[in-house]
Amino acid sequence: MKSAVVQLPGLNRDRDMIAALTKISGTAPVTVWQTETDLPDVDLIVIPGGFSYGDYLRCGAIAARMPVMQAIKAKAEAGVKVLGVCNGFQILLEAGLLPGALMRNASLKFVCREVKLEVANAETDFTRAYDKGQIIRCPVAHHDGNFFADAETLAAIEGNGQVVFRYAEGTNPNGSINDIAGVMNAKGNVLGLMPHPENLIEAAHGGSDGRGLFASVLDVIAA
Amino acid sequence: MIKARVTVTLKNGVLDPQGKAIEGALGSLGFDGVGGIRQGKVFDLELATADRAKAEADLKAMCEKLLANTVIENYTIALA
Repeated sequence: MKSAVVQLPGLNRDRDMIAALTKISGTAPVTVWQTETDLPDVDLIVIPGGFSYGDYLRCGAIAARMPVMQAIKAKAEAGVKVLGVCNGFQILLEAGLLPGALMRNASLKFVCREVKLEVANAETDFTRAYDKGQIIRCPVAHHDGNFFADAETLAAIEGNGQVVFRYAEGTNPNGSINDIAGVMNAKGNVLGLMPHPENLIEAAHGGSDGRGLFASVLDVIAA
Repeated sequence: MIKARVTVTLKNGVLDPQGKAIEGALGSLGFDGVGGIRQGKVFDLELATADRAKAEADLKAMCEKLLANTVIENYTIALA
């Protein structure tokens, strides 16, 4: 699998993502700087977590207007898979590649802990390695992960199976509507989620529940 | 030059945890009967033009493209 990891000032989880992609796919991803508009030919583009542009204005707002995002939008329209984790999810929402918005956590506190996630849709290119309804462990670390969408949008994404992950067993850490932790676009090739699957992929992490997400994409591409 | 002020506020129906916390803090300071607090943002801008219609059109585009997230926020534009 050929992958790319986007780098922007203030993103700081890129190294974790590069390590996870390298270990799981066997090939190191190429890195793409925010000003690049000619993207390499890859199967998966990942926007990692962090605090792009210091979370100024709104989380992900400035990053979403950088030149690389126009190029990613074009790639997504062409069917290339795009994954955004944490700040990457916020950037995809701000760029209009995913529906909804992420607000300040209901508790107003930064949360850094492990949560349980329910795989709400196991028929996506990102979740085929899991079973529907499977509960997995996953770390979260964010201040603005409180997913919101208006009633009409919410009904649409719920109806289309675009809600891919939900916080399970009372572990919703941020007040997200319908316990939503991750959503995809209608076409199913762009996924954003607040939790960090790249941080739970091997024994040294204390578990490998996050591995399935990357393994799913790998399988789809190999098939 | 035209001076302008853009005000961005949360749409009705969007929860505002920060507004709620501010409301609670005001209550604890003894300000009773304060409710419905919504936190917003104000941007003061200077535009290098004398054309008010152009300024207004540009500001609207700035709000739509960056200053507001229209999924959750409304904006108003005022020229000085």
